[in-house]
Amino acid sequence: MSEAVLDVRDLEAGYEPGVPIVRGASITVRKGEIVVVLGPNGAGKSSFIKAISGLVPITGGTVFLDGKDITAAPAHTMVRLGLAFVPQTENIFPLMSVEDNLRVACGILERREIPARMDEMYAAFPDLVRQRRTAAGNLSGGQRQMLAVARALIVHPKVLVLDEPSAGLSPKFVSMVFEMLAGIRKSGVTILLVEQNAKAALAIGDRAYVLVEGKDRHEGVASELWNDPVVAELYLGQRPSRASKGGAA
Amino acid sequence: MSLQFVVDGLLTGSMIGLGAIGVTLTYSILRFSNFAHGDFMAWGTYATLAVVSAIGATFGKVAPIAPLSFGWPLLVALVVGMAFTALLALLLDRVLFSRLRSQGQAIIVVMASFGASMALRSLLEFTFSSRPTYFSRAIQIAMPVGFGIRITPDQIALLLLTAVLVLGVHLLMTRTQTGRAMQALSQNAALARIVGIDVASVVRVTWIIGGALACVAGVMIGILVQIRPFMGFDMLLPMFAAAILGGIGSIPGAVLGGLIIGLAEAGAVQLIGAEWRAAVSFIILMAVLFVRPIGLFGVRER
Repeated sequence: MSEAVLDVRDLEAGYEPGVPIVRGASITVRKGEIVVVLGPNGAGKSSFIKAISGLVPITGGTVFLDGKDITAAPAHTMVRLGLAFVPQTENIFPLMSVEDNLRVACGILERREIPARMDEMYAAFPDLVRQRRTAAGNLSGGQRQMLAVARALIVHPKVLVLDEPSAGLSPKFVSMVFEMLAGIRKSGVTILLVEQNAKAALAIGDRAYVLVEGKDRHEGVASELWNDPVVAELYLGQRPSRASKGGAA
Repeated sequence: MSLQFVVDGLLTGSMIGLGAIGVTLTYSILRFSNFAHGDFMAWGTYATLAVVSAIGATFGKVAPIAPLSFGWPLLVALVVGMAFTALLALLLDRVLFSRLRSQGQAIIVVMASFGASMALRSLLEFTFSSRPTYFSRAIQIAMPVGFGIRITPDQIALLLLTAVLVLGVHLLMTRTQTGRAMQALSQNAALARIVGIDVASVVRVTWIIGGALACVAGVMIGILVQIRPFMGFDMLLPMFAAAILGGIGSIPGAVLGGLIIGLAEAGAVQLIGAEWRAAVSFIILMAVLFVRPIGLFGVRER
């Protein structure tokens, strides 16, 4: 087994003190892996990776990136530490051009390195080249997602963290996004991914965790989890039929 | 009707526009209307005046740079004044706005800025009295430039200075990493942090630019009109009108808005009468917003 790039131990996090959303979740992401975090609605998946990225206050536990404790690091220092986060929505600057969306993320790069790095991103995402002067808000859903990922990759992150990259996309774009992520992993980037679309995510993932009520409840090899009865139970167990009638919040 | 209103309007518009840049930046990046911005102008002007006097006391009388009414002391003092006003803005943010901002209610910050405005103005009246004063009492002869227009050398110099400053700020906003960070922060503050932008440092740059330009606008008023503690507060409504007319967040918009308001006011003085000047600019503001609610250069929030 290769070394852990991201190691999260007993993480507790939440927006309000005394109201944790993440309640003692632990995961490990090893170099070169795609790790998927699954879970029913409201399991705290999104808050979990936002907490790792410095966007939700952490109240307990630790986050290690490449052996370095980044638990208390403010969000704006994360890219410098090597963690690049792609939010689920509003993950581009709509009024800035595609080019400026990429350039604005280059703050931590050496000035002379930037043009080459921009070219590399354009080579990896040829759709963006044709649109480089377009305001990012005018891009299609799939292109926006590409831009958001390119912007995260441009700073050579040690780990790329994505919050439901397929959410809100049409089926055509969903498969495009997952192909893109598989391609990015091939180029050597480690990926941590939260997804609702379990089937597609497990198809490209190496390992997966199931998060329930803010805690990691199950871990396994991605290709085996789809047929794992424990996973089905964890999902279904979270959704009793009375809840869907508007009982529990 | 004489075309003189064009020169008068451009000058008034320059003062309004330079002030409106600060207003529009504060609004789009810090998300509140800073009613103390006019008083930054006045404080900057008095600071500049104080430095001019100090230089005069140290070096004796300095001859003006012909054909202008002022010499190098005013230029040096202006730079000092700009730095002073930027520091004043940073200080006010540190002790007042940033604390209230962290509580997340914009209206409280707006009200606080109103209070700060009154406090700053009263301090000026207390220190310098409310009597108008001047950088120079020399009378400049306006040169005829054709079409019935007359312009003084000071006015030409100040119009050029405005053009240079506006171009500089525009290039800073569109061509530099700092400018892109400011744009990013105004469009999506959370994402700005994610891409590695230090919000606190961008906020500081915003105050520095806004404060320094407010000082220049104030000194322009001081050179062309007069220096009074209320000089900035009286500019507040036209500055907000210009920022809104041009589209909140847009530097070219704020300047164009300022020029439109300035020209409209100067034209109204000639055509209808001085008491209508404010009314005319606000009628134009309302008419533009009726057709284009986001302002001339504004962009819809997505």
